[in-house]
Amino acid sequence: MIEANTPLLRKVRYFWPLIVLCLGLLIIVAIVDSTGDIILAQTLVEGLVRIVIVVAIYMFVGNSGIISFGHIGFVLIGAYATAWQTCCPYTREMFMPGLPTYLLNNSHHFVLAIFLGGVLAAVVALIAGFAIMRLTGIAASIGTFAFMMVFYSAYLRWSTWTSGASSVIGLPTTTTPWVGYAYAVVTITAAFLFTRSKWGLALRSSRDDEVAAKASGVNVFGQRLLAFVISAFFCGMAGGLFGHFLGMLTVDSFYLGMTFITLSMLVVGGMQSLAGAVIGVVVISVVIDVLRRLETGIGGFSIPSSSAEVGVGLILLLILILRSSGITGNAEIYWPFKRDVSSEGALRRQS
Amino acid sequence: MDYVIQTIISALSFGSFYALGALGIGLLFSVLRLINFAHGDFITVGGFALIVPSSAVVATMAIGSFHPALLLVCIVAIVVLLALVSYFLVFQHVQNASPATMMIVSFALGYTLQNVIVMIYGGRPKAVNIFPELTGQVQLSDGVSVQILQLVIIAVTWVLLIALVLFLRRTQVGIQMRAAAEDFRMARMLGVNGKNVIALAFILSGGLAGIMTLLFVTQTGVLTFRMGVPIMLFFFIATVIGGMGSLVGAVVGGYSVGIVSVVLSAILPEELRGFRDACVFILVIIVLLARPQGLVLTKAAKERV
Repeated sequence: MIEANTPLLRKVRYFWPLIVLCLGLLIIVAIVDSTGDIILAQTLVEGLVRIVIVVAIYMFVGNSGIISFGHIGFVLIGAYATAWQTCCPYTREMFMPGLPTYLLNNSHHFVLAIFLGGVLAAVVALIAGFAIMRLTGIAASIGTFAFMMVFYSAYLRWSTWTSGASSVIGLPTTTTPWVGYAYAVVTITAAFLFTRSKWGLALRSSRDDEVAAKASGVNVFGQRLLAFVISAFFCGMAGGLFGHFLGMLTVDSFYLGMTFITLSMLVVGGMQSLAGAVIGVVVISVVIDVLRRLETGIGGFSIPSSSAEVGVGLILLLILILRSSGITGNAEIYWPFKRDVSSEGALRRQS
Repeated sequence: MDYVIQTIISALSFGSFYALGALGIGLLFSVLRLINFAHGDFITVGGFALIVPSSAVVATMAIGSFHPALLLVCIVAIVVLLALVSYFLVFQHVQNASPATMMIVSFALGYTLQNVIVMIYGGRPKAVNIFPELTGQVQLSDGVSVQILQLVIIAVTWVLLIALVLFLRRTQVGIQMRAAAEDFRMARMLGVNGKNVIALAFILSGGLAGIMTLLFVTQTGVLTFRMGVPIMLFFFIATVIGGMGSLVGAVVGGYSVGIVSVVLSAILPEELRGFRDACVFILVIIVLLARPQGLVLTKAAKERV
């Protein structure tokens, strides 16, 4: 059956890296859902939101080769934009008195609110990217970092809209494991399609050799800007998911801690592969969760307090020292069967 | 006028501090292409080395109660040792990996160091008081009084800068280091021992971090396990604005960032003062757009095809 060269099988083979990831996550979600463990479900949802963030970052970083420290800024923008639409209808005026009248008096549905949060992040990315994407290499990284700092410090002071340094409490907790899974699948699919598209190809050519790409007619600035905007859109949506998972928002949670943990997940998994992005999140989330549980003690055995974080740091170092291009080595999970259907078909057509 | 002079001195002292930090990062970047995010945490470790390891609320001085000269030697030695150990245990194994990987490795190292500190000393901030005589004010002329420490920071920076320049220009190993910064592979082919040069860069960078620890702790009087992170960010930005890989650039970048942030908080109107950091970072983006390679161009920074 595997040897048969049907159109369906060719499609399956083409989409295999995507199918494997989505099925793998489906199995994890289904198992956790069937155990009914609430704490485990929380860890799972957090992991799924992180998958959305890391895969969104992969869309830009993996394909363009520019490390972005700025994407958590988009998560921040999306999170607050969603909160303006859904948070706490009765106390919204107390937390965020500066909102326009329409937003103060109306609430949007969760899905629409998250979508609009993503759109706002994408619009900001378009404007900011118009400047930052003209830079290359390390200067572009610093540009994205400066962008994040601008939004972080502005949101921290802009208390009439964001309630400043204190937190916004009372978002409906609508991000269940299955909602998180749905968004993760949408994001992974988008990342897969983008990577396989002509735009993804053009962007990767600029990553591998910028001068050659330019000489072959690739508009490097335009391709980078496109990827930046798309990935900002998904980061913005992830922000909305994150807010509706915790039920509260603080500006401080979208800062260096989140920036570095998400980037570490991407690099540990393998920066230039979609599978790497997903696997990095899964591996590091599992490591964090196991160590945290050991810290609180399992069956009378426990490790000293805050040694969980030390352990996470050491494991990160160890993985990067042993496999400097990440767990996946920047490869995708390809069709595992030896006989290559499409190339065989191509051979038959040639002969 | 008095206010202007005070602002200038304060700007210069901030700028000097950032310049020292940017140099510490620039030294490593020039030979190893490593952006060391753990640099700020080296400073933190140096600070915590001053007190007795315990999670007690009140800090008891250990090295901090030594004679000033001995204190200086001990802290610098500890930070240099930490820098060397981190090279041999960690960075040596990833020095051929991509710059992104090295950056994340240095972050992971910093994260580990921070949490080791929390494990040993607990997470609460600790008050320490070293060199109390430096935090007093000195009268320069009528109405102009500045903190002695600010003048000390400026003086220490320039002594170190001159010493570093002499070292890099007049000694054999210094010249080897400059050659390696220019073109690492070529320098190795001409007989420069790459490992020694990198180890030396870690020693110099660690030494700078050790001295900065003392300046910083004297100024703030508080130890927290995350205190290295925010200053590290400014060093990093200073290095990039000045021009990665150029030591002159690091100094120029450090002074620019320090002076701009002090001047901005002096001239911004009251209601916008909270947005100072946002303004600094918008300026950073503008500078990068105008000069993507940094303010000071080096020959090595030009990308070759």
